[in-house]
Amino acid sequence: MIETILVILSHPFMQRAILVGSLVSISAALLGVILVLKRYAMIGDGLSHVGFGFISVALALEHFFAFGWAPLWITMPGVLVVAIILLKIKNNSKIKSDSAIALVSSSALAIGVAVTSWSTGMNLDTCNILFGSILGVTQSDLWISVISSILIGILFILYYRKLFAVTFDEDFAKASGLRARRYGDLIAILTGMIIVIGMTVMGTLLISSIIVFPALTSMRIFKSFKSVVISSGVISLVSFLIGIYLSFVHDISAGAMIVLVNLAFFIIFTIMEMILKK
Amino acid sequence: MNDEKIIKVENVSFAYHSHNVINNVSAHINKGEFVCIVGENGGGKSTLVKCIVGLNKNYKGNITVIGRVAYLSQLTEVQNNFPATIEEIVLSGTIANRPRSIFYNKEDKRICREALEKLALYDMRKKCFRELSGGQKQRVLIARAMCSTAKIIVLDEPTNGLDPTIAAQVYEALHTLNKENGITIVMVSHDIHRALENADRVIQITKGEIVFNDVPSKFDHRGCGK
Repeated sequence: MIETILVILSHPFMQRAILVGSLVSISAALLGVILVLKRYAMIGDGLSHVGFGFISVALALEHFFAFGWAPLWITMPGVLVVAIILLKIKNNSKIKSDSAIALVSSSALAIGVAVTSWSTGMNLDTCNILFGSILGVTQSDLWISVISSILIGILFILYYRKLFAVTFDEDFAKASGLRARRYGDLIAILTGMIIVIGMTVMGTLLISSIIVFPALTSMRIFKSFKSVVISSGVISLVSFLIGIYLSFVHDISAGAMIVLVNLAFFIIFTIMEMILKK
Repeated sequence: MNDEKIIKVENVSFAYHSHNVINNVSAHINKGEFVCIVGENGGGKSTLVKCIVGLNKNYKGNITVIGRVAYLSQLTEVQNNFPATIEEIVLSGTIANRPRSIFYNKEDKRICREALEKLALYDMRKKCFRELSGGQKQRVLIARAMCSTAKIIVLDEPTNGLDPTIAAQVYEALHTLNKENGITIVMVSHDIHRALENADRVIQITKGEIVFNDVPSKFDHRGCGK
């Protein structure tokens, strides 16, 4: 096993994938706790489809005009704007938020598929975007991902108290003078960032799972907010590392393997919860 | 009790989807008072309270509030299942005192401890909120409101769904705050009997208008305490 790990670490593409994946796993799990508790989990799922739409458009533009830009530079701002719009819809009680998310995400998916089949045609690249690829992490992706993950980590620590207060009781926070809206926007922006940087390794269809799973798993057993946050980060990182190891050894899609390990943790924790309650 | 008006509501109207929920309401609340706002469901009590604490912004008329307000809304499903300890929740009440800082300091923790002790929660401070009974949850939220050093606490149906003995404990906790700490209490309730027993003054709102606003003893004679 140790030999296999050394072999894995000797490939530069694996080093990049592990660095990006670890950082993304931890930051996605931290945010996931808030998203799950605030009932924003579906926004994450919708945003990943929006990410697919934007990245397809970016690749098509690249195909026709050859700008030489990393597709993430176009995808990131696009997804962030949609993230804020979806959150505004969620806060506006006149529009049904889950239907709005369904509309936006399927439209984005359709645009992505249409643009791809019109430009490059469905090929291996499309498959990699949808399901993720550890080979897909380029040098420029690496920088965007590292910077974004560190930024998310720092913002999370800086605003930990207020994010907790706003998540637990938005009305109380607003009445005592906290600008709850601002933290809503912050959460939306950070979620958009995670979706975009996690897309390369996890794929657009699987990325939302690493946001939701670790938080739900931790909430089975842990009783304080702090322990839920820490445990989510740890579970997410461990699931990623086990997942990528199994994916390398058995030649299975990394994104799928990571989700399955997360699922296994969820089942184990659920059983433990049932035993503890008895 | 002195007569300093800590909350002034002047000719306030509020419409929701072009339907008037509150119609030209005027009232005031004095410093140190314990006021219950009663009335039928959908009569506009919660809406008025939300205007006072600043959650409903687009009202007509004037509302003046002197000092910071702590607002306790009805418990949502998210809160009922929230994974956090009593201590974490009560401590979060101190954030408003020093909104710029990143961590809790010793003073915050001292304030939190005091609040926990006052409401007999200190020994169970590591317990998870979602495992508490309805009455305990309300006491936790009241302790959190104490931590924010707000001079006014506004509560929306805190005794909803609680059995009478537990509801009595919540009232007792509020009385302690009101008498010992001089905190003004405004409480929305549809339990008129208990409101009459506990409040210094009762305001009854029906169909968006104030139909009664006086001491509880006068309310009985009008025979509308249903």
